[in-house]
Amino acid sequence: MDRKVVVPGDLLSEDAKRSGEGTFVKDGKVYSLLYGLANYKDKINVIPLAGKYVPAPGDNVIGVIKDITFSNWIVDINSPYDGLLHISEFPKRIEAEEMSKYLRMGSSIMTRVKDVDPTMKVELTLNDRKLGSIRTGRVIEISHTRVPRLIGKGGSMISMLKKEMNCNIFVGQNGMIWISGGEEEMDLALKTILLIEKEAHTNGLTDRIVEFLKSEKGARS
Amino acid sequence: MDMDEAEISFFKDGLRLDGRGADQIRPIKIEVGVLARADGSCYVEMGKNKVIAAVYGPREVHPRHLQEVTRAIVRYRYNMASFSVEERKRPGPDRRSHELSKVSREALEPVILTSYFPRSVIDVFVEVLQADAGTRTAGINAASVALADAGIPMKSMISSCAAGKVGDTLIMDPMKEEDNFGQADMPVAMTPSGEITLLQMDGRLSQEEFRQALQMAMRGCREVYEIQRKSLLDKYSQLESEPVQEVQALE
Repeated sequence: MDRKVVVPGDLLSEDAKRSGEGTFVKDGKVYSLLYGLANYKDKINVIPLAGKYVPAPGDNVIGVIKDITFSNWIVDINSPYDGLLHISEFPKRIEAEEMSKYLRMGSSIMTRVKDVDPTMKVELTLNDRKLGSIRTGRVIEISHTRVPRLIGKGGSMISMLKKEMNCNIFVGQNGMIWISGGEEEMDLALKTILLIEKEAHTNGLTDRIVEFLKSEKGARS
Repeated sequence: MDMDEAEISFFKDGLRLDGRGADQIRPIKIEVGVLARADGSCYVEMGKNKVIAAVYGPREVHPRHLQEVTRAIVRYRYNMASFSVEERKRPGPDRRSHELSKVSREALEPVILTSYFPRSVIDVFVEVLQADAGTRTAGINAASVALADAGIPMKSMISSCAAGKVGDTLIMDPMKEEDNFGQADMPVAMTPSGEITLLQMDGRLSQEEFRQALQMAMRGCREVYEIQRKSLLDKYSQLESEPVQEVQALE
């Protein structure tokens, strides 16, 4: 794979059509917008090494209720912008007075970004079977820039993890991850995810993680 | 009075008091990601200048009324530590630091893509730990690297360097003695492609001298840029043990 470290303003290509994410075009040439890794495929994408999560419609995220208003829960989603969860997006019909019975301040929820308007008003929803309040398991936080590596190509990494660990894992695009399973499995899953975060920028990661899991499991049995 | 001035000599055997040639910058050291709490940070030494820059954000704007609906605002705070100069500096903002904060912010803002983060703020804090003339240029250099480290989208980096005039000779990157007793000081900040975002001058220069001094400062900026770029690439190769391929720098 063709990857390079770039800083903002680096020339990436003379062909304006190859401009992908994290790039911009000036005078028909493609330049980098970010400090990160440039990925040369048909399009050139620059993957940042750091940065804040910006919500996009369809993203699964994990958030914490930080306030309750008349008909909305305000959710901290680890981003410059707070999420709004309207009462009508709760899976069942509830009265405004009873909102805090279902989700109180400090509750963690798995939710999805339903819509984001140009002023960055972020609407969330809980209307899906796999979404909802978090009652068991653990939530850990990694940099959101590492999430694509944790999921892997077409979900290869995360489905491998789920299978090997025998754990339920919910990956939020904002870098918050929920793990649920046996105590020992959770410990190992946590260790593995942190390893993936640390080595997210290296090649052949999935294979190395498989090796790592093998040796960890071998040591245990 | 004239006698006093005549006694000051800025050159010895064709070299400056610190052993530099007229068109040499001071040695620069840049460290990236020195603060764990900040989203991006950078420590810079330019000669005897020591500055540290921290970037926070994009984050929610407080106080609320400063917020802008279509773009992120940029706040820049230049501050000198009370121990940064020989005579203790009274701490807190003053006329000078207000001005420097404003011009430094305006030097960086044109390259930041503020429209990506409506209703938010990008906070830049620059602390001068030790001053030796040219702290604004050192601060801008540090802030630019810290912004990149924070993952903030920018059209390019910003590099900054000053030129000056002492003893009727144009010099690059004046140090404290040359700044205090010199005839002119001209800090410049620009993108690697030569778009100038900061240009100040005090003292006197003829038109021809101004032109030459500007060329000189811009050359200094390009040298600084190479060091900024290298520091960012080096930080990455620390993460990764295998050698990093370099890309061609912007001409």
